[in-house]
Amino acid sequence: MALAARPTGSLSFVRLAPGLTLAVLLLPIAFGLAATFLPAFGYLPALGGTELTLAHFESLFAMPAIWRSAALSLLTGVVTAGVSLLIVMLFVAGWAGTRTFARLQHAVSPLLAIPHAAAAFGLAFLIAPSGFLVRLAAPWAGIERPPDWLIVNDPLGLTMMAGLVAKEMPFLLLVTLAALPQVKRAETMQLVSAFGYGRIAGFLFTLWPQVYRQIRFAVYAVIAYATAVVDVAVILGPNLPAILPVRLLQWMNDPDLSLRFLASAGAVLQLGVTLGALLGWLVIEQVASSICAALRGRGLRMVRERMLRIAALAATGTTAVLVFGGIALLALWSFAALWQFPAILPDAFTLSTWQRALPRILEPLAVTLGAGALSTAIALCLTIACLEQEARTGRVAGRRAMLAIYLPLIVPQIAFVFGLQVLFLASGTDQRFAALVFVHLVFVLPYVFLSLSDPWRAFDRRYDLIAAGLGRSRLALLLKVRLPMLSRAVLTAAAVGFAVSVGQYLPTVLIGEGRLTTVTTEAVALAAGGNRRVIGVYAFLQTLLPFLAFAIASLAPALLWRNRRAMRP
Amino acid sequence: MRLATIALTATFLVGFCMSGASAADPDPAEWQAVLDEAEGQTVYFNAWGGSENINAYLEWVGEETQRRFGVELVHVKIDDTANAVARVLAERTSGKDEGGSVDLIWINGENFVAMKEEDLLMQPGWAGDLPNWRYVDVENQPTILTDFTEPVEGLESPWGGAKLVFFYDSARLDAEQLPDSAGGLLEWAKANPGRLSYPAPPDFIGSSFLKQVLSEVIDDPAKLQEPVNEQTFEADVAPLFDYLDALHPVAWRSGKAFPQNYPDMKQKLADGELDIVFAFNPAEASAAIAAGELPDTVRSFTFSEGTLGNTHFVAIPYNANAKAGALVVANFLIAPDAQLRKQDPAYWGDPTVLALQKLGEEDRAAFDALELGVATLAPDELGPVIDEPHASWMDRIEEEWRRRYITGN
Repeated sequence: MALAARPTGSLSFVRLAPGLTLAVLLLPIAFGLAATFLPAFGYLPALGGTELTLAHFESLFAMPAIWRSAALSLLTGVVTAGVSLLIVMLFVAGWAGTRTFARLQHAVSPLLAIPHAAAAFGLAFLIAPSGFLVRLAAPWAGIERPPDWLIVNDPLGLTMMAGLVAKEMPFLLLVTLAALPQVKRAETMQLVSAFGYGRIAGFLFTLWPQVYRQIRFAVYAVIAYATAVVDVAVILGPNLPAILPVRLLQWMNDPDLSLRFLASAGAVLQLGVTLGALLGWLVIEQVASSICAALRGRGLRMVRERMLRIAALAATGTTAVLVFGGIALLALWSFAALWQFPAILPDAFTLSTWQRALPRILEPLAVTLGAGALSTAIALCLTIACLEQEARTGRVAGRRAMLAIYLPLIVPQIAFVFGLQVLFLASGTDQRFAALVFVHLVFVLPYVFLSLSDPWRAFDRRYDLIAAGLGRSRLALLLKVRLPMLSRAVLTAAAVGFAVSVGQYLPTVLIGEGRLTTVTTEAVALAAGGNRRVIGVYAFLQTLLPFLAFAIASLAPALLWRNRRAMRP
Repeated sequence: MRLATIALTATFLVGFCMSGASAADPDPAEWQAVLDEAEGQTVYFNAWGGSENINAYLEWVGEETQRRFGVELVHVKIDDTANAVARVLAERTSGKDEGGSVDLIWINGENFVAMKEEDLLMQPGWAGDLPNWRYVDVENQPTILTDFTEPVEGLESPWGGAKLVFFYDSARLDAEQLPDSAGGLLEWAKANPGRLSYPAPPDFIGSSFLKQVLSEVIDDPAKLQEPVNEQTFEADVAPLFDYLDALHPVAWRSGKAFPQNYPDMKQKLADGELDIVFAFNPAEASAAIAAGELPDTVRSFTFSEGTLGNTHFVAIPYNANAKAGALVVANFLIAPDAQLRKQDPAYWGDPTVLALQKLGEEDRAAFDALELGVATLAPDELGPVIDEPHASWMDRIEEEWRRRYITGN
C-alpha cells in the first residue's frame, strides 16, 4: 500500500500517458491534413497558390470517370471487410474448439506477416492466364499459348478484392482469436447445443455480439485501409479507371507540379470516400443485427449446417493455400533462370539473384529492425500506461478518445504524409532516425492499442480486487497479475505493431528520404521494375521478419507458462 | 537498444557533415578547387532503382568515386523521378534552401522541364565546364543539347542515350513478317489479335509509344518541334487516336487492361502473352537474355523511317548539400572508362554519349571491342532518330488519352 500512496515516477508517467498518446496521434494528423487541405483550396505559396479557390475541386470532378474511381474505392472497402468478416465469423463459429481449428489457426496467422505487395504479386502469378494454374492445366487442356483472358486487372476490381480479402481475413481472424478468450465459449456452446442449436447459429446468437464488440474497430481499420490501398490496387486492380488512391498517387507523382493542387483536392475526396465507406458499414451493421435478431426470434437453429461449415473451412483454407502458394512460387522465381510459359518449373536454377541482392540488404534490414522494435516498444508502453490509467480512474476512453486513436487508420495515409514531411523539414532537425520511429509510432500505436485494449478491458476485475484485498499495490498488480495473464494479448499486440512498422511504405519513403531505407521501401522500389525474381528475394525477407515476431508471440506464452495449466492456450 | 544507438549516432554524423557545407557554390571551371571541396563529401544520387543491373553499376561508380576522389556515393532508389522533384519542392516549401537531401538526380524530359521552369536547378549552367565534357558527342547527338526541345543550357550533364527499339521472339515470329512502321504494326496486330499492347500513360514507355505513332501519323511533323497549338490540337492528334481506336480492339486484353511498364512487358514476352514489345534501350533484350529473363531467340528491330530517340542526364538541385561532390560524380559518369562499362551489356548496355573519335586510341579500341550481344542492333542498324516532341505535347496527349479511354465502360 505504501508504494501506491507515494507518487512515483512510473505513476506520474501513467497519469500523463493519455495526453501524450493523444498528442502523438493527433498533432501529426492535424498538421498533415492542414498541409493537404490548404492546397486543395488553392493555398500553396511555393507553387504560386495564394488565393483560396474551389477551382481545383472543379477540375477534380471534371476528371474522366472520377466518380467511378471513387465508387470503386468505396465498394472495395466495404466488400473486402464484409467478405473477410463473414469468412472469419463462419469459420470461428463453425470450428472453434476443434482440432482442425487449432491447426488452421496456426497456418493462417503467419499470413498476416506477409506484406500486401508480395502477396498480391504471388496471387497474380498464380491466377494470370500465363500463371501457374493455367500452366498446370495446359498439358490436359492442350493450351500452347496463354489465353487472352481478363482476370488480373478486371474492370470491377474483383481480383483486387480477392487479394485484399486474402490479406485482411487473417488480420481479423487474429484479432478475433485475441478476443475469444474473453467470452465463455466452451460453456456457452454446451448450453446452446443442449437447446438444440447448431454450432453456427448458437455461436452467432450468443457469443458473436460480444466478440464483434471487441473487434469492431479492427473491422473499421480494414475498411479504411481497403478504400485507400495503393500497392495491391496497382498490381491487381482495374486500369481504366484505377481506383481513387492510385490515381491520386499518379497526380502526386506527376512531374507537372501544378497537379499537386489536384492531388490535394483528390486527397480530400479520398477522405470523404473512406468516411462514406465507414458510414455505409454502420448501416450494414444495423441491418445485419436486425436480421440476426429476426432469425433468433424465429428460433432458427440451423442443425443442418454441414455445407456452411465446410464452405467456411474451404474459404479459410483456400486463402492460406493461395497466399502461401503465391509466396512459395515467388521464392522459386528467386532461384529461377529462364522460366517460360507453359513450363511448370524453371529451365534451370541459379543463385545469381540472391548473390546480387544480399549484400545490399543488410543496412535496410538494420533500419527495419531498429525502427520496428523501438516504435513498437514505445507504443506498448503508452498503450499499457493509458489502459492502466483507465483502470485506475475507472474512466474508459469515450467515443471521442476512441476516434482519436482510430484517426491514423481512418485518415488515408496519402492524405497527410506529405504534410508530415514538410513538418519534419521545417523542424530543421537532423535526427532522421528518431523522426522515422516517431512517424512509424503514429501508425503502430493505434494497432497496438486496438489489439490490446479489448482484452485488457475484458480482463476480469475480480482478480484486481483479490490482489488489492491481499494488500498489493497497483504496480505489483500490473506486473504480477495483469501482464502475465495478458501476456498472449500483449505479445500479439507487439507482433501486430512490429508487422505494421515493417510494412510502412509511404511514411518511410517521405521521412527516410532514401537515406534511411527499410526492406519494404527497397522491395517496392524494385517492384516498380516488375522483376519476379528480385521481388521473390525481398518478399521472402519482408515476410520473414513479422513472421518471426508472430512466432515469438504465439510460442513465448506457452514457454513462459508451461507450468501453469490454466494459462495454456 | 544498441542498434538504436548506432542508428542514432549514424544519423547524428550525417547531420554533422551536412552542417559543414559552405554557402558559395563550387565553380567547375576551377576543377582542382572542386576536387578539394568534394573530398569527404557524401553524394545522395536519386535514381530509379527498379533495375538490378543499373543498381549494381551505380555501386561500382560509388566504389570508384570513393577510391579516386574520396567522394561517397549513396544511391537513393526511387520508383519515379517525380518523387525526387517533389522532395526538392517540399524542401523549398519549408524554406530549406541549403543542405537539401538530393544532391544529384537522374532526369530528362518533362521532369527536367518542370525543375527548370520552377528554378529548382543549380545555376548557372555547369555541364559544359566539366573536364570530361571534351569527349561528349555534341555534334552527332543533338538531344544532348536540347532535351525534349528544351535547351539544356548546361543545367544537366548527359549520361546515356536512348532509342525506341522493338523486340520479338524469333522462335515464335518470322522475321519476314515484322512491321516496318506504326501503320505496319497496326496491320500486324489485326492479323495477330491479343499479342500487342503498350503501358498505359503516364508510364514513360507508354507515352513514348504514343509519341512515336503521332510522329508518324501527324500531317506535319514540324508541328511537334513547337509547343502545342491549342487551335489545331484536336485535328493534329486525330490521326493518333484513330490509330488507337483501331488498335485497342485487337490489342492484349482488348485494350481493357495494359501492362504496367517495360519490365512488365518483358515478363509478358517471356510468358508468351505478348509477341512484340519495345524499350528505350537497344541493349535491353541482350541484357535480359544474359540474365535468363528472356530466351536467347529474342531479336530486335526498328523502323526504317526512324524511331524516337533521346538522351538521359544527371542534374543538381539548387539546394543540394554536396554540390562539389555531385559535380565530381557527374564528371566521372562521362569518363571514358565509366561510359565503356555502362555500354557493356554484361553490366548495363546503355549507349554512350561520347564521340568515339574524340577518345584516345586505347579507349576507342575498347569501345570497338565491346560484345553488344545477339539481340542488340549495331549503332548503324538502329535507323534514323526521330526527335522527341516538345514537352507540352506529352502532357496534352496524356490528358487526351485519359479523356478518351478512362471511361469506365
